[in-house]
Amino acid sequence: MKKDIYIRRRPKSLTSVPTHYCAGCGHGIVHRLIAEVVDELGIREKTIGIAPVGCAVLAYFYFNFDVTEAAHGRCAAVATGIKRVLPDRIVFSYQGDGDLAAIGLAETLHAANRGENITVVFVNNTVYGMTGGQMAPTTLTGQKTATSPCGRDPVTMGPPLRMCELLNTLDRPYHIERVALDSPAGVRKAKAALLKAFRVQLENKGYSFVEILASCPTHQRVNPAQALKFVGEQMAAEFPPAVFREEGRVAHA
Amino acid sequence: MRERILMMGNEAIAEAAIRAGCDAYYGYPITPQNEIGNYMARHMPERGRVFVQAESELAAINMVFGTAVAGKRAMTSSSSPGVSLKQEGISYLAGAELPAVIVNVQRGGPGLGNIAPSQSDYFQAVKGGGHGDYHQIVLAPDSVQEMYDLTMLAFELADRYRNPVMILADGRLGQMMEPVVFHEPRSSPPPKPWALTGAKGRKPNMIRSLLLGEGELERHNLRLQKKYARICRAEQRWEERNTADCDILMVAYGTCARIAKGCIASAATVGIMAGLFRPITLWPFPSEPLRRVASSAKCVLVIEMSAGQMLEDVRLALGGSTPTHFIGRMGGGVPDEDAVLQKLRSLVRSLRKRKSL
Repeated sequence: MKKDIYIRRRPKSLTSVPTHYCAGCGHGIVHRLIAEVVDELGIREKTIGIAPVGCAVLAYFYFNFDVTEAAHGRCAAVATGIKRVLPDRIVFSYQGDGDLAAIGLAETLHAANRGENITVVFVNNTVYGMTGGQMAPTTLTGQKTATSPCGRDPVTMGPPLRMCELLNTLDRPYHIERVALDSPAGVRKAKAALLKAFRVQLENKGYSFVEILASCPTHQRVNPAQALKFVGEQMAAEFPPAVFREEGRVAHA
Repeated sequence: MRERILMMGNEAIAEAAIRAGCDAYYGYPITPQNEIGNYMARHMPERGRVFVQAESELAAINMVFGTAVAGKRAMTSSSSPGVSLKQEGISYLAGAELPAVIVNVQRGGPGLGNIAPSQSDYFQAVKGGGHGDYHQIVLAPDSVQEMYDLTMLAFELADRYRNPVMILADGRLGQMMEPVVFHEPRSSPPPKPWALTGAKGRKPNMIRSLLLGEGELERHNLRLQKKYARICRAEQRWEERNTADCDILMVAYGTCARIAKGCIASAATVGIMAGLFRPITLWPFPSEPLRRVASSAKCVLVIEMSAGQMLEDVRLALGGSTPTHFIGRMGGGVPDEDAVLQKLRSLVRSLRKRKSL
């Protein structure tokens, strides 16, 4: 069966280098899923990726297709600049929660509102990983981080920002979906969501956004097994996995 | 004779960019440069090219980054406060060695300042307003025709050196109207094998400025410095007026150079031999040519719409060899011809006094 072809083989869109990610981190899985999707759609030679600032900054070493760096938070603007002049290429950004929902919120929102024909992959793990586990816009209420040592207090720090719900208020996005990488079933759902999102772009239908709830044992302050539980239970309670926008129509408010 | 068209400076920049093959323009409104964006909004889409009004200056410069990554020609324009916001992006463009054209139609500062012409962003433009050891090429027009000519040159230089190029104008040059003769670019864009276009039949390309390996970033910086040295050798541009036998050499660029040009004739009528050295490239600064020209003058007078920013480069170039004086206005003030003439007169008086001692 086609879906099993990767069990013993690396996707062509993934390079053969050791990863720098921590044990139990979700990024490696997301990288692999994107590589599988790009292979399956046969778009490796016309895909251009945009790596963020954050833990995934080195994504360009892992993807075997063209990848550029972007300044912190500016991926959606860089994606706009590429896609507008190369409309027949597949352009996607890969961003973490700090990059996409804090410093890059304006770029994220306006690219979505313009309905840019790009794909945004949003890896939400509730913390700034690269800088040492500081509070992110998606840090859960009460969650302890380096900069919310007593737990996130929504009164002074605001409650977690829900990006799918926020983007779902806009007219132009064509596909918005949230998935959780908490189990093999979650991984399969994540791959299906990515496949859908890239296909939307390939068919020139417009803006697609996939939020992936992911583990970060190092800064979620649990072991890898508990981190998956954290993703599936606590994170999923705050950020319910769902298809929010399908075929350009609101599917889940 | 070629057709001459009466145009506003800002529009001349926009028209030149279009004729230079600018594939995409991204901008955010700010006075006194709005005519550039307005012109591009009308004329880029009708040619099948890209115009996007960005959500901020940050977004605009990063859209430019994206288009440059894709190997296409991109431009953004703004005025002083907006250009401050673009500094992060310019540093990234320089670090990743991407060609781009940035226009700064300067206004008074600091802060929100005002919308009157100014030259107080000189330091930001030529000393590297963003972080890191980098340079952008800085071109300073002093007429509407040069707004056109230097914009066209900017695209060429950006591609030749894979480096950001800034047009440093001011509100007066942007808003004034003068006749312009259009000409077409001298060359087409060079091949860009480094661009991200999809890894079809080749190894993947990568664009980045993050270099974490031991010594990697220093080696990259050394290479950049070599490139900057090459630019310094090849690209210095300047104009001389009446420099052969002048007593006082005025040094000015942009709007102030126009005022100085007017002063040469009126100074002559009162027996003052004044000349002008006008840097056209502010970076690379034409230091050697200035030193050569200034060596035969009795003193130098720098004229700026700032507290004396280019003045520092003039003093560095001259190394104390010629007495250097300054007249400047700030906050949107423009030096008038009378004030410059008065300064020239007082300099002549003190020169004579020194001689008689």
